[in-house]
Amino acid sequence: MNRNQREAAVRQLMERATPQVPADLYGDAVRRGTRMLRRRVVARRLMWLALFAAGVAFTVWALTARPWVEPPSTTTPPMTGW
Amino acid sequence: MRQRQVVQGTRRTREFEAFVAGASGRLLHTATLLTAEAPDDNPRARRLLTLALAHTYACWDRLRGEDPYDRTRQDLALRYAHGTWRRHGLLLRGRTHSAGPLAGLAPQERLIVVLRLYEGVAEEQAAALLGLPTERVGTICDRATATLLHPPREAAPTVVGAKAKVAAS
Repeated sequence: MNRNQREAAVRQLMERATPQVPADLYGDAVRRGTRMLRRRVVARRLMWLALFAAGVAFTVWALTARPWVEPPSTTTPPMTGW
Repeated sequence: MRQRQVVQGTRRTREFEAFVAGASGRLLHTATLLTAEAPDDNPRARRLLTLALAHTYACWDRLRGEDPYDRTRQDLALRYAHGTWRRHGLLLRGRTHSAGPLAGLAPQERLIVVLRLYEGVAEEQAAALLGLPTERVGTICDRATATLLHPPREAAPTVVGAKAKVAAS
């Protein structure tokens, strides 16, 4: 028995009993698929919302803290009265 | 925008319905072979197939010319592979010796035999899908074929009967 014959025999073995497709398979799949899609949309919206909130928070912090301005010196006393 | 989404949704539903009507019989047979359940009592195969089809439905608009059957089959195979890995060694091991022509094989052997011989996936593709070397897939397939055609003595009676029928034909 060569390889092709053996593979043909196994194929024949597998093709005998065919299961019956349940009637609610399509409905179930669509329901679950729709839920998956909706969840994806919600997740994408939440991500954009978080990104927007982070942007706003950073802008507000930058405008109040002004990190680019040189901080006033604490070692040299101010020169006054000369 | 809203209008376009509605049109896309109805088109997707129509195409998906046609796809399920055409492909679900064969895919359910594949799933039942994988889980080694009896053809008329296959809750695990149905569950696997429902999840895989739902995934295909969710990805339908992004397929871009890819074959949905191929996609569903891949998803089915990967779900089965991950599922057996998770329940490996649990009590459910005893249940795998229930029925079906491939009940005498290990889960990985079953997966490779079904992909290679029943679905006709090329050896390289099956190897890439499962993350195995190509030679290993060939070896496992040969060994599983030998086990199926010449089952060991303690094999389930269904497999022995199947062998007698094959030998007779």
